[in-house]
This record gives sequence, structure tokens and C-alpha cells, in this order.
Amino acid sequence: MTPRLLEIENLDVRLTAGRAARPILDGVSLHVGRGEAVGLVGESGSGKSVTCRSVLRLLPEGAEAAGSVRVDGEDVLTMSAARLRDLRRNDVSMIFQDPRASINPLRRIGDFVTEGMRAGGMSRDDALRRAAELLESVGIREPRAALRRYPHEFSGGMLQRVMIAGALAGEPRLLLADEPTTALDVTTQAEVIAILTGLRGERSMGLLFVTHDLELAAAICDRVYVMYAGRIVEAQTAGGLFDRPRHPYTSGLLAATPRLESDRPPRGVPGRPVSLAEAPAGCAFAARCAHARPACTRDVPARREIDGAHVACLRAEELSHD
Amino acid sequence: MTEYALEVENLRKSFGGQVAVDGVSFSLPPGGSLAVVGESGSGKTTTARMLVGLERPDAGRIRVGGRDRSAAARGRATRLSRARELQMVFQDPYLSLDPRVSVAQCVEEPLRLHFAMSPRERRARRDELLARVGLGGREADALPRRLSGGQRQRVALARALATEPKVLILDEATAALDVSIQAQILDLLAEIRRESGVGYVFVTHNLALVRHVADDVLVLHQGRVVESGPSSRVLTAPEHPYTRLLLHSVPRPGWDPARIAADRRALATESKESS
Repeated sequence: MTPRLLEIENLDVRLTAGRAARPILDGVSLHVGRGEAVGLVGESGSGKSVTCRSVLRLLPEGAEAAGSVRVDGEDVLTMSAARLRDLRRNDVSMIFQDPRASINPLRRIGDFVTEGMRAGGMSRDDALRRAAELLESVGIREPRAALRRYPHEFSGGMLQRVMIAGALAGEPRLLLADEPTTALDVTTQAEVIAILTGLRGERSMGLLFVTHDLELAAAICDRVYVMYAGRIVEAQTAGGLFDRPRHPYTSGLLAATPRLESDRPPRGVPGRPVSLAEAPAGCAFAARCAHARPACTRDVPARREIDGAHVACLRAEELSHD
Repeated sequence: MTEYALEVENLRKSFGGQVAVDGVSFSLPPGGSLAVVGESGSGKTTTARMLVGLERPDAGRIRVGGRDRSAAARGRATRLSRARELQMVFQDPYLSLDPRVSVAQCVEEPLRLHFAMSPRERRARRDELLARVGLGGREADALPRRLSGGQRQRVALARALATEPKVLILDEATAALDVSIQAQILDLLAEIRRESGVGYVFVTHNLALVRHVADDVLVLHQGRVVESGPSSRVLTAPEHPYTRLLLHSVPRPGWDPARIAADRRALATESKESS
């Protein structure tokens, strides 16, 4: 059997340095197939960004990781520095939330987009030609002229396209997107998403899409993982998640989201989201859960499969959420 | 004639040669709720800043409770009485609270400024306000860094309500919060409006939110009002192509980002040709 494009298995991440020592992720497992779009959804402190960044071994300083993160069967956590550099340049790319904070404001757009190609040994002229093609493919007009411009001459939406172009330069098989449209206006968001999903289809690239927005994840992804306090609590097809959420947290998130097509006012989930370090024993969501039983606070519920959905809830079989 | 809590007529503001707000008019009845919707560059934030006096309009009128406040305030008494009537809650509760001032002091400050109260009365009123937004004694003694984003926004709300304003401007006040917390704050806002009769102006880019918080909505595009009316009508039967584009842009099942992108380009060409 050929290995999956991305397979994260039982990933634990913890900070070990002194007073800040604390766990961040606990037993995270997820996978992305070739050409598949997968959403990773959670609120602040859920560990979704750390999970995403671990695929490039971009762990917080002083962090230790256990488990495995394999790209095409190769473990990212144990590979050599040289192989890791190569992986970041050619196999897996990442786009971040704030393009203004991630693109060097003192360098021209052309330098940003060609950096990886030049480092990989491509000639300057070839790299620039290729960069112009990439800018054109993300909908930037007059790409040749754009290469000579500086980041401040672009709007946020345009600069986010530049970041996507830069991420595509190495023709990655897997694209990691960490809240790539959160800082953008809604109409700009739609445009950037259209570009992302279009390119994914053309290049049959795998996509791991990290967001706090369940609706957005469901609108563009095949499958969605929901994280809470450093653990994955539910994984389902995007449609299944909306039709029949299996975890009380997922159903709580759905009920809290204001909806255009519904008169039902958004309902908050009592309490606030916690990180893994603050989580009590047992199910981390139990304190906010209307269905919690004494048993819920004893052990961390195991993730298991029910009708194609994966759920980590003690009462998943008996409960049905609307 | 009914007296509006807030009345805005032909507001105009430019920065350099750039017109940011161009002929914006609206009114808010006492205890009403109006959403001002638009994207970046639409002029919604500039409008909000003019309402609270952080920017001075080039032209137009702003009246609160019938009193004109378009001209600069002369003297401390006028400034204070204007501040009393209209308060603002900002987007980022990590920036809008002084990190060195405890929650209790933060809420007491407007009380000290605006009311002649004995220290004991002030403390009692402070505790009442904090209880109103769901905070207790433990939070009162804390500095902002000990609080979560949702708790901080509750503090900002208590501080704004301290002056018993007629109108509260909420500038993307829930945008930085987690969804599960945002809904809690929206509930709280609805309760407070029902009980106290304060009016809200929600400045937001989130149309799905508008449906649940505002009676009326004003859609801004490039500094101008392109559509306004009861939110139930505007959201279900929008008349302006820009309003339609905004509505289609909200992610939901069956969402078609490629079509939205095409509509957006068509609208941009159209407005370029007409201007």
C-alpha cells in the first residue's frame, strides 16, 4: 500500500523549558490524501496551529514532540536538517494568516516569490519567468511589473495572493493554510478561496486548511477535524458534520455560529475554551457540556468510529444532537 | 416629531484628497439597533469615529438626543455631557484596556468623572455594573492580563454602560472573540438593551451577525450608503448588487467562491465606469 500524503499519528507536543513547561497537544492523529482538502477547526488554544506547523517541524522553541508526522511515509520529526530543508522547499508549503507579517517588507515581490527557486539552483531569469507565471495564476494583473514592486504597494488581499504564489513555487504536493483569509474582507476571502480551491484541483495538491470558522471549512473541505484543548474530538465528512454532529462541542459550535439563513439566534457555549494545560482530568469539554456525567471527568474518552464518523465522547452512541 | 436617540445627516469626511465618507445619513430611535455594514475602506470606522468625536466631520450634522454635536466641544462640561450620552466599545479588548489599571478602577473612572457619588456609592454602583456583565469580585481585583478575551470585552462593556449612555457604538466588538464566546456576549447585549433601553450602532462586516442583532441595516460601499432598511428585508431581498455580493460571500453549504469572484470583478468594472 502506498503511504498517505500526510499521516500524523499520536502526536504529543509539550514545552519542556522551566516555568513555561506545559503540554500543548495530546495524541493528535489525522491524515490528508493526495488532492484531498481537509479542514482543521478549533477555537483559541485548541492546538490547531501547532498541529499544522508540526508538519514542517516548525515547533515552538523548547518544545518536544512524540509520535510521528509522515509526509509520503517519511517522518518529518526525525529527518535530517538537509532533508527537512528540501521538504520545505519542494514538497510542503505553508501560507499564514497575515501576509504583511510574513513577507519581508524591504524586499521586492520578485525576491519573495523566487527565493526558494533560486536556492534550489534555478537561474535568475528562469526563476523570474516562472514567478511571473505564478503571479498570473493567482490573478495578479501585469505580473512582470508586480515582481519589481514592494509589499506596501499591495492591498491585503493582493498580498495574500502573492504569498500563495510564493508557496506554489516549489510545486508542493501538500499545502498548509493557517487561517489564510481571517484578516481579509468577506468578498476578498471568497476570491482567495476560489484561487486556492482552483489551484488545488489543477495540481491535485493536498490541502490542510486551519480555521476557526466551521462554515468556511465545511464549504471548501472534503473532511473536517474538530479540535478542543489539544485533542481531536471529532472527524467527519463536511456534510456529515452539519447534518449530524457527534460531539457536543461540535454541535455547540454550530449552534453558536450566527447564520444568515436561520432565525434561530446564536446560542453561546457556557464557560470559555481552555488549552490542554488548563484542561481538567477526563474529557476537557465536560465542564462546559450539558450532557456530562460523572464518568466524563475520569478518563479521556477514546476516539472511536460510529457510522463513518470519529468521535471522542463517552456518550457518543446514545446522544443525538440537532 | 419623534426624537431620535441619534440622528446623522449628510456626513462627509475626506483625508487628503481621498473621500472616506460621503453623504451618510441615518437615524436611530431610542432603544433601537442599527448595523452599519461594509468592508475595509467603506467608511464604516470613520463614521463611528466621527460619532464619538474622534474625528471631526468636514460637513454634515450629528445629533444625540436632539442636541447637535457637529462643532468642536467648548469646555469640559460640554465634552463630559457629550461623552455621557454616547459610548464606544472597541474591537480588540487586548488593546482597549489599560494593562496597569485593575478592572474595578477601570469601571470606577467614568463614575468618578460623570457623577457626584460618595466612594461607597461608587463601589456599589461598580459592583452592580460588573454583576450586570457577569463578572464578580475576583475579576474586579484583577488586572486585564489575568482575563480572557471574552471577560475583557465584558469589562469594556461595563465601563461603557457606567455613564448610562443613550447610544452605544459597538465597533466590531465581537469580531476578535471565539464563536462560542461571541454568542454569549450577543446574548448579554440583547438583555441589556431590553432592560435599559440603550440604543446600539453595530459596526460590522459580518452579515450573518446583522440578522440576529439589528433592526435596521445600512450598507456602506466606498464611503456611500448603497442600501438601507429593515434588516429582515435587506438580507432577504437585497436591491443593490453590492449588498447581494456581500450576502453571497458569506460561507455556507453550496457556497460558490468562483462565482462570487466573478461578480466582484463585474461590480468593480461597473463602478469604475460610472464614476
